[in-house]
Amino acid sequence: MSLLLQNARLIDPEAGTETEGDLLIENGVIAAIGALEAPEGVTVIDCQGKWLAPGIVDIGVKVGEPGERHRESFRSAGLAAAAGGVTTIVARPDTLPAIDTPEVLEFVTRRAAEASPVRIRHMAALTRGREGREMVEVGFLLDAGAVAFTDCDHVIETTKVAARCMTYARSLGALVIGHPQEPGLSAGAAATNGKFASLRGIPAVHPMAERMGLDRDLALVEMSGVRYHADQITTARSLPALERAKAAGLDVTAGVGIHHLTLNEFDVGDYRTFFKLKPPLRSEDDRLAMVEAVGAGLIDIISSMHTPQDEESKRLPFEEAAWGAVGLETLLPAAMRLYHAGLLTLPQLFRAMALNPAKRLGLPQGRLAEGAPADLVLFDADAPFVLDRFTLRSKSKNTPFDGQRMEGRVLATFVGGKQVYAVGE
Amino acid sequence: MTFRARHLLGIEHLAPDEIRSVLDLADSYVDLNRRTMKQSDALAGMTQINMFFENSTRTQSSFELAGKRLGADVMNMSVAQSSVKKGETLIDTAMTLNAMQPDLLVVRHPSSGAVNLLASKVNCAVLNAGDGRHEHPTQALLDALTIRRAKGRIQRLTVAICGDIAHSRVARSNLILLGKMENRVRLIAPPTLMPPGVAEFGCELFDDMRKGLEGADVVMMLRLQKERMDGAFIPSEREYYHRYGLDAEKLAVARDDAIVMHPGPMNRGVEIDGTLADDINRSVIQHQVEMGVAVRMACMDLLARNLRAERGRAALGVMA
Repeated sequence: MSLLLQNARLIDPEAGTETEGDLLIENGVIAAIGALEAPEGVTVIDCQGKWLAPGIVDIGVKVGEPGERHRESFRSAGLAAAAGGVTTIVARPDTLPAIDTPEVLEFVTRRAAEASPVRIRHMAALTRGREGREMVEVGFLLDAGAVAFTDCDHVIETTKVAARCMTYARSLGALVIGHPQEPGLSAGAAATNGKFASLRGIPAVHPMAERMGLDRDLALVEMSGVRYHADQITTARSLPALERAKAAGLDVTAGVGIHHLTLNEFDVGDYRTFFKLKPPLRSEDDRLAMVEAVGAGLIDIISSMHTPQDEESKRLPFEEAAWGAVGLETLLPAAMRLYHAGLLTLPQLFRAMALNPAKRLGLPQGRLAEGAPADLVLFDADAPFVLDRFTLRSKSKNTPFDGQRMEGRVLATFVGGKQVYAVGE
Repeated sequence: MTFRARHLLGIEHLAPDEIRSVLDLADSYVDLNRRTMKQSDALAGMTQINMFFENSTRTQSSFELAGKRLGADVMNMSVAQSSVKKGETLIDTAMTLNAMQPDLLVVRHPSSGAVNLLASKVNCAVLNAGDGRHEHPTQALLDALTIRRAKGRIQRLTVAICGDIAHSRVARSNLILLGKMENRVRLIAPPTLMPPGVAEFGCELFDDMRKGLEGADVVMMLRLQKERMDGAFIPSEREYYHRYGLDAEKLAVARDDAIVMHPGPMNRGVEIDGTLADDINRSVIQHQVEMGVAVRMACMDLLARNLRAERGRAALGVMA
């Protein structure tokens, strides 16, 4: 089955180019790119000059399976992803129970494959129950398909345990994903230190807690030689440490959540709990520094950090409310804010949302090149709309963008050459 | 008389003329309260519910007395914190009460912002009687009234607020109010009890109490809220008293006519010297308690007027 996407503006994050042309899909892979003639018997889609890019590879998506399927199932997450141009979900292991044995991993892998229209890859916990005490069976979990190991927001407090986990993971070439945060300093905090948190009386943490966590992790990386990715860098104070580690040749990459690139601490306003994130939203200076770091390639990966929460866990006083926001469907339109503001180009954005995450996990996706899997997103970068959270396909509707004006709409999503989403359907 | 607010959730949303309106009306209630016949019918027929998720004898009885003197039916609900830990219960409790058609809801809650959340779910007027470390607006208003009556004005004064500012909603409301009324605010605290970023509110910060008190017209002491400390913020009570406890010697650098205030309850010998607290020439602490009732009467009266007006408009709307 072949498909020709004609008259598109092609975003190639590898070459950093935007070109007009056509793209031919054959047997689920990109067969040709350029000015193409339609071969015999090929289905042709006219892209009408809209943007065509490699589908988003989203590292760090929380799906509620097992344990919290009322918040998000593989089905609902997959549908949301397809509507958001996310063609590979890289799911977090902070489930109930945690994904920390090959048996649980096999279970979720099977469930995900049955239920989701987009690809789902799984990460495993680094310690059992994410409790920071005993390491998981890294080897068996790798064999079962784990693409990375992370305890998510649970920092391994005992440095000796963290060091051993990283040293062991190193011997198997596993990728470890850390959450850089000094847990003692950030305990109980729901906001970032500063005028706003003080005015609202919200317990807050100094952004230095992130730098301290990163410093520790980087020292352990230097000690162990493990492949390491920091899930979210959110403050300018972390950047020099990251820069030094990269310059020293450590195998280190860093990510940032889309909300930390598009929102700041003041957005919390009158205790709006949909803006309660972990780490908390930062100052505007930090936000701009993160955008700049993505542009410079110092921060490699942009994620949605999709974290579904039900209404009840957010209808609480700010301190007690659950943290996190959904993002699968809003990642692309939110990223378009950075494009329209002239801060990042489309190739830069798709380098951080598609190419780099795929490369980091050793996946063949994320490229607009002949022979690459035909995981693609066709979108209109300029289409305006006002977001109504109840139109989201996620089971949970906790988006901070509710009621906001957005620009950028996904028109169609393809996974392995098969169309899994079309706007209006 | 200008007072536009629907709820009294904090000083942050009040304009200077609204603050002045509250103080002016409160002045008249001070006179009423000093008479033997203390009754007014400003809230006659209305129902006031005091909902305290955190224990407080003083504030609750002050609100209760204020409501009763204005002729409202007052009900006290003490909700033990342990049984209402979950916010769903907070909203559910509020909705349940709301269904009983109260007119005024007075709420104290240990979480910052909890009263704002609650106010969004009910259709009566809500008064914040203290939420977490956010705001305690009636305390700031009663302090302002006390200052205005003692100093003859509530502007161009140098006011030193001293003590556990980080955990204090009283300090937040006061520094916002005093700033709005164009006073010079100084905050005095050990750096571990000073909230971050607070200098951006236009305050001067001091960790040396003697420097901070120099030339002050008003000295506001705060309670050292031991129950709120989740760690060691200060080495010991006695070192705290030595460096930050107010006594006659430290007060000597303030203006000769400087007044001493404390929101209560006091820890004598921790943040304030007992003799000084009782010195009727300097201390206005008992005066603050008296002003508290009058200010709360004024706030509830003003909110009730707005509520009646709103309901009146709604009724007209139905007819039209």
